[in-house]
Amino acid sequence: MEPVQELIDLTEPKATGSPALVFDGVGKTFPDGTEALRGVTFDVNPGEFVTVVGPSGCGKSTLLRLASGLDEVTAGRCDVDRSNIGYVFQDATLLPSRTVIGNVELIAELHGDSKAERRARSAEAITKVGLAGFENHYPKQLSGGMRMRASLARSLVMSPPIFLFDEPFGALDEITRELMNEETLRLFKEEGFAGLFITHSITEAVFMSTKVLVMSGRPGTIVDSFDVPFDHPRSPEMRFDPAFAELSGRVSHSLRGAHA
Amino acid sequence: MTDLRDVDAGASNALAGAPTLPRSADGAPVLVARNAKRFGFGSFGPLVVLVSIIGLWYATHYLVIDEGRRFILPLPHVILNRGFIEGVTFGGLLDVGQKMLSDLVPFAEFEPDADRDVVLIDGLLGLWMTVKVSFVGLMLAAFFAVVGAMVMSQSRMVEKAFFPYLVIIQAVPVLAIVPLIGVVFGFGFSSQVIVCVIISFFPIAANTLFGLKSAERGLQDLFALHNASRWTRMRKLQIPAALPAFFTSMRIAAGLSVIGAIVGGYFFARGEKGLGSLLKAYASRPSDTPELFATVFLSSMLGIIVFLFFGWLGNRFIGKWSDQTV
Repeated sequence: MEPVQELIDLTEPKATGSPALVFDGVGKTFPDGTEALRGVTFDVNPGEFVTVVGPSGCGKSTLLRLASGLDEVTAGRCDVDRSNIGYVFQDATLLPSRTVIGNVELIAELHGDSKAERRARSAEAITKVGLAGFENHYPKQLSGGMRMRASLARSLVMSPPIFLFDEPFGALDEITRELMNEETLRLFKEEGFAGLFITHSITEAVFMSTKVLVMSGRPGTIVDSFDVPFDHPRSPEMRFDPAFAELSGRVSHSLRGAHA
Repeated sequence: MTDLRDVDAGASNALAGAPTLPRSADGAPVLVARNAKRFGFGSFGPLVVLVSIIGLWYATHYLVIDEGRRFILPLPHVILNRGFIEGVTFGGLLDVGQKMLSDLVPFAEFEPDADRDVVLIDGLLGLWMTVKVSFVGLMLAAFFAVVGAMVMSQSRMVEKAFFPYLVIIQAVPVLAIVPLIGVVFGFGFSSQVIVCVIISFFPIAANTLFGLKSAERGLQDLFALHNASRWTRMRKLQIPAALPAFFTSMRIAAGLSVIGAIVGGYFFARGEKGLGSLLKAYASRPSDTPELFATVFLSSMLGIIVFLFFGWLGNRFIGKWSDQTV
């Protein structure tokens, strides 16, 4: 494996307009001296859904913290319009004291939108994620999957051009996870946002993405890239397609290499 | 979810002592049975224990204690009679009501009946005095503790600077500083209140601080991501997150405040007599042991009521969304 060689391959300019998100030689070293990321370079273009897979602790989540501005890069450059980013966390991160609609309108509220406007947009977002009828339920009354739907709706309210997903479905059971994958993909097509998705599930990565990036262990860097050619809409049965299995196999092989 | 709500609705019916059988909205007998289990209806366990204790009490009085010393454990019916029945008149009870009214409404007048010497009326007036002291003390403690916790939650430096002193206040045995408080602040109402504040301040401050800092990391990130100000974060994230811990601490502190008021009343007898003053007076005369027992009983009732009240209050505020029962 020659990471440098791979990097050059990955920086090939894309035909479509300006990217929604650019990582250019990004490195991150924490104050305690831990080097989490080194020389990470890739773009996410509008209409793309890019997934990063990699071993635990390789700095995948750090990537999103840098993209969103929650952490600062220590090397290279990270370009993205920070005024409107959708960020879906590992947990649903709902306020337990608020109902579904109260949670969904939170971001619009923080941006100072009027009550009437954010109510209307929240109701719409709740319908989009299939939670209509549960507006006045509290998070503790919802299942894990429903909480994640509420979390998605909360970000949808602002119609962000780019969504960052930090292993959002890792805690769900398998069937719920697959359903949430399909829902997210449907929203991706309907809403037209660009997506950067972090996971350690290869099936999830291949099913969701237009492109899968493989990250090495610490310090994390992109070591491989796979374009996913399957058409949308993607049916749940696609997971059992030989072409799907073949691509998953190649990603898996690359990931094993990155682990070593 | 509807299931849970039904159970709760049924349970509150049962608690309110409704004459009809407690029933959920759909009247499901299974739920009624579950209520019964939860609250111990239909099981006579506690009653059996109570009867046994009373039996043991009589037995001890007659069989264990020497005839000349039986005053140390007066019989339950004597306590009941001397403490709660003898000499109680409607007018006396009306006096208690009048006294409470005159304390709560500025222009209401109360003329105490100087000749009256009824244990229950003295006890109720003492109870009222203790309630006033502990309530004022608790409110002051809650105010200062919450403000302090909010300030500490904003700055690690401030927290580090002040927290050791909170622990010291908590660690000082309250009995050791009670005489000092008397010397400095006098032997009346305000000193009793100060005892309550000192004893109930720490649990509220420590729990509220913990609660204010307990919001999940992801939510804190979310607020940071959208450039929320400190004040917005405090109002929309930290305060709601702190409510469960706050109400739990109020329940603990309310009980402590009652203890503080009784200890304060025991030491500072100037002005109206609280339960503490009455306990001290009855304890000094062997012939008043039944009155002493009755006053102990009143004090216990106050502690239990305060505990239940703050549990109820907490559940009313956060029960519908918090996993934690206060």
